[in-house]
Amino acid sequence: MIRVQREDIDVSAELERLTAGRGDIGGVASFTGLVRGGEDGVRAMTLEHYAGMTERQLAYIVEDARRRWPVIEITIVHRFGRLVPGERIVFVAVAAAHRAEAFAACEFLVDWLKTKAPFWKLEDRPGGSEWVEARVEDDARAGRWERTP
Amino acid sequence: MKVLYFAGLRTRIGRAEEQIELPAEVATVGELMAWMRGRGPGYAAAFAEGALVRAAVDQDYAGPDRALAGAVEVAFFPPVTGGGR
Repeated sequence: MIRVQREDIDVSAELERLTAGRGDIGGVASFTGLVRGGEDGVRAMTLEHYAGMTERQLAYIVEDARRRWPVIEITIVHRFGRLVPGERIVFVAVAAAHRAEAFAACEFLVDWLKTKAPFWKLEDRPGGSEWVEARVEDDARAGRWERTP
Repeated sequence: MKVLYFAGLRTRIGRAEEQIELPAEVATVGELMAWMRGRGPGYAAAFAEGALVRAAVDQDYAGPDRALAGAVEVAFFPPVTGGGR
């Protein structure tokens, strides 16, 4: 299930939905990304996205994960709009028969969505708002999946 | 053809989308970017040589050699910055 929404993410409801009525799931691995404030003075951010393309790119990443690992269900929820430090920004959960593939697929999905999903952060700083630049480390983290299955 | 701009490119150009008539000499994404530069100061800044601009044709990532024939929607934007950090 892929969803892009302005509202907060209800993590327990998402986990409940992921596993409801199934007896074949042995474990769920999940990642919740938060808006981090603190040292660099970010007071809030606005996440812009390319509606349509976002869902399409997330669907490709999900298909790719399913080709690599025998996972049962995948949930990705990504927010857009204005967010303040401490708020949830993204949630990824993978249900599988065994924990190894759940952990691996979850990490893969998070790494890839950061480099493929068309989202841009506009940070609200004391001196004015500023578009965040992409980080080379994020490309490197995603890139290592091109070598190891 | 519909052209969309996001994030810093949208800010520089001052609009989120527009309809353009492709000139006959513009056949690829790279050629479209070069042509965009000549459309005004905002465009020149957004598409400046060395600016990190990514493109999508009909909502899939496209490199500079991608042909525009048949394309309905082209988008330009900076490298993406989603997710938690």
